[in-house]
Amino acid sequence: MELKEKLVSSFLAFENTVDVDAPIHDIRSHAIKVFEEKGFPTKKEEAWKYTSLNTILKHDYSVFPKEENALEFKDVKKYFLHDLDTYKIVFIDGKYSSHLSETTHDKIDVCLMSSALSHDKYKLVIENYFNKIAPQDGLNSLNTAFSKEGAYIYIPKNKQAEKPIQIIHFSTGKESAQMLQPRNLIVVEENSHVQIIERHQSLTDNAVLTNSVTEIFADKRAIVDYYKIQNDNQNASLIDNTYIDQQAQSVASVHTFAFGGNITRNNLNFYQKGEGIDSILNGVTIIEGKQHVDHNTLVHHTEPNCESHQDYKGIFDEKATGVFNGKIIVNKEAQKTNAFQSNNNILLSDKATINSKPQLEIFADDVKCSHGCTIGQLDENALFYMRSRGIGEKEARALMMYAFANNVLESVKIPQLKNRINKLIANKLNVNIGFDL
Amino acid sequence: MAYTEDDLKKELETKEYEYGFYTDIESDTFPVGLNENIVRAISKKKEEPEWMTEWRLEAFRIWEKMEEPEWANVNYKKPDFQNISYYSAPNKKPKYNSIDEVDPELLETFEKLGISLEEQKKLAGVAVDIVMDSVSVATTFKETLAEKGIIFCSISEALQEHPELVKKYIGSVVPQKDNFYAALNSAVFSDGSFCYIPKGVRCPMELSTYFRINQAGTGQFERTLVIADQGSYVSYLEGCTAPSRDENQLHAAVVELIALDDSEIKYSTVQNWYPGNAEGKGGVFNFVTKRGLCETNAKISWTQVETGSAITWKYPSCILKGDHSVGEFYSIAVTNNYQQADTGTKMIHLGKNTKSTIISKGISAGKSQNSYRGLVQINSRATNARNFSQCDSLLMGNECGAHTFPYIEAKNKTAQIEHEATTSKIGEDQLFYCNQRGIDTEKAIALIVNGFSKEVLNKLPMEFAVEAQKLLEISLEGSVG
Repeated sequence: MELKEKLVSSFLAFENTVDVDAPIHDIRSHAIKVFEEKGFPTKKEEAWKYTSLNTILKHDYSVFPKEENALEFKDVKKYFLHDLDTYKIVFIDGKYSSHLSETTHDKIDVCLMSSALSHDKYKLVIENYFNKIAPQDGLNSLNTAFSKEGAYIYIPKNKQAEKPIQIIHFSTGKESAQMLQPRNLIVVEENSHVQIIERHQSLTDNAVLTNSVTEIFADKRAIVDYYKIQNDNQNASLIDNTYIDQQAQSVASVHTFAFGGNITRNNLNFYQKGEGIDSILNGVTIIEGKQHVDHNTLVHHTEPNCESHQDYKGIFDEKATGVFNGKIIVNKEAQKTNAFQSNNNILLSDKATINSKPQLEIFADDVKCSHGCTIGQLDENALFYMRSRGIGEKEARALMMYAFANNVLESVKIPQLKNRINKLIANKLNVNIGFDL
Repeated sequence: MAYTEDDLKKELETKEYEYGFYTDIESDTFPVGLNENIVRAISKKKEEPEWMTEWRLEAFRIWEKMEEPEWANVNYKKPDFQNISYYSAPNKKPKYNSIDEVDPELLETFEKLGISLEEQKKLAGVAVDIVMDSVSVATTFKETLAEKGIIFCSISEALQEHPELVKKYIGSVVPQKDNFYAALNSAVFSDGSFCYIPKGVRCPMELSTYFRINQAGTGQFERTLVIADQGSYVSYLEGCTAPSRDENQLHAAVVELIALDDSEIKYSTVQNWYPGNAEGKGGVFNFVTKRGLCETNAKISWTQVETGSAITWKYPSCILKGDHSVGEFYSIAVTNNYQQADTGTKMIHLGKNTKSTIISKGISAGKSQNSYRGLVQINSRATNARNFSQCDSLLMGNECGAHTFPYIEAKNKTAQIEHEATTSKIGEDQLFYCNQRGIDTEKAIALIVNGFSKEVLNKLPMEFAVEAQKLLEISLEGSVG
């Protein structure tokens, strides 16, 4: 049975596990119809021209967790930012693990989607924000139909989450192939501030497909910092859909560090709905083997005096393929927009491929928009310079690659996280040097 | 009173199409519609060899199965392909030896266009093969070219006299099934130019052809084939103006360039088909397939100034097949009122050490939409390929749009690709800087717009630069010059 049919027919079984009288259930029922109609995207669609899901859709995924699985903290400690005091929302095979988590309801809400969906206390927020900005395409609708669990973060007016929030999804590999569909909702009210670190991690080599949807609402003057660490093992595929709604003078930044995984697709959309907004999209991709990472971004400028900054760096070795598809739309009302987009890539092998498509769609005249894209190699002269000074070839190459990605890393505001990412990069480049020189 | 950008905008909006006129010449036109019989009839009319008829029919059968492409960033009412007459030739079938025999009415037309044949013959050294509604009616300088062994004639003539060359190369770069419009063109093309430069010959003059659409409701399907043999050089010019018409006219041309080892082809276009009036009514649909093939060490350079047409859909491309081959693309696309342009290039790097340069300047005014769409593809065998692309857009007013859709695909680690795009308007600080130095606003705008497009204008051959400048004036710069 094809995955699509399997999912559609599983919806009935899924309904038995949730409250069908809740208002959200109408949204789910509608969404499954949309998914049935639209299905999974194919390469015939312009936005999916360079990424085919065929290879990962053919597994016989179990579509929702059968049993609760537990993990010992000591076994998975290394996946946490354990040297930093954080709130933690941890899921094992799609189920919430209270044992590993640390949530709060003190002034701010850092808790679960399932409880937010079932408690009256959160009804208004859910009504106002749930499924409001995610486009009604096949993948989002699929996630919406099965939306049940995920992180729910609500920061009221003038509050600051005093420590960062970690969201971690583990898959234990008890099933031979598993599909996960986390659904996150993050609402940050006026003048509030939050830092979030998200990670997907599978613990065995069994196939995992994650189709995640995150909706983020940043109200006036809110500040949202979001870090995505994508360093999963090579049988795990991730489709990460993140949609951000920004009101006046808010600042939202999303950093994506893509080092692992089989096929990773990031759909990252920013919708600016006020003046004086700043949107920041950063990414570092370092992949090899047959890995495939696709960054598909959209920044939609609708009001005057806003900015957006995109900076994506990619290093591709062996048979890896990278895709960057960035789009900036500037409506005619959005005068004085400053929008920048840059995509730099290094190919280390003749088998590696990069497809880059930076697009601008501009309808306003008084704007400064630019994009740049480069594809090149490491500079042989610089390499020679370092080697002549006694730095080994591997290390010299690694240093240069690190330097290439560095200006993205510098924008990471949590020092412990930056250290962790430095280590991940050193690991990925197979060298034993600390880059925090 | 100071000349401001608003004034310029107003001027642009009200600027009428200056070359809009219609010459009344009897034409012999086929019944409207398209089927196998029409294709056969066109072929028969042109006394083509059997293989050519078959080639056309094959293209027609492919076309029938194809669908019109919809991916371009343009909106228009699709033409009804069964409501077009696919062949029209001026009735007084001319075979002139000298210019005196040409219908005086025609000559007058050309005079209005600013091309005096006599003058060009004497002064400019340009051989003009004029295509008026599909059939070539005047050819000059043929003898001079013939001495060098250069063949420059209409494609129907080439089919009669050099069928082996046509057979060998036609469809080799743009196959019949390439795309919807190329297939249509292959089936029904009525005429066009053919050019062959023999080995080691440097063509002594700029070759140029003027295309015109003259007959109401006649689609024009030009087919151009330029072959530069080993070590040769040719510069080919093509310019278009069309009379004002209210109904949409379809133009689906195919241009194929073949640059053999060590040769160079420079292909320049000034396109000024009728863009429709200020309300966006009428105007020419320009769906063109242009592509060149570069063998070892060869170079193809496309230069285009696009100011006309209601809809432009055009991507002059280079296939850099041979090692060390070079492709260049220089373009200015100006859109005004309701014009829509989706234009750009494709650079396909197959050979080693291949280089390509793309400079594209888009200027949008009024309610127009101007898109750049380009592909740079580096194949895995194309070691040391180099590409530089720059796409700049200038917006005038906030009712127009500028779009960039670059596709960059690299499969080789030694590839070096740079792509840059900017969008801006004429900056107040730029104007201020000029004003401060005693340059009035009118001159300053002229200076900036000229400077913006200079990189491309400079690439045009002398003979064309003047005309291009003129066209820019009409479509954009107004009194600014």
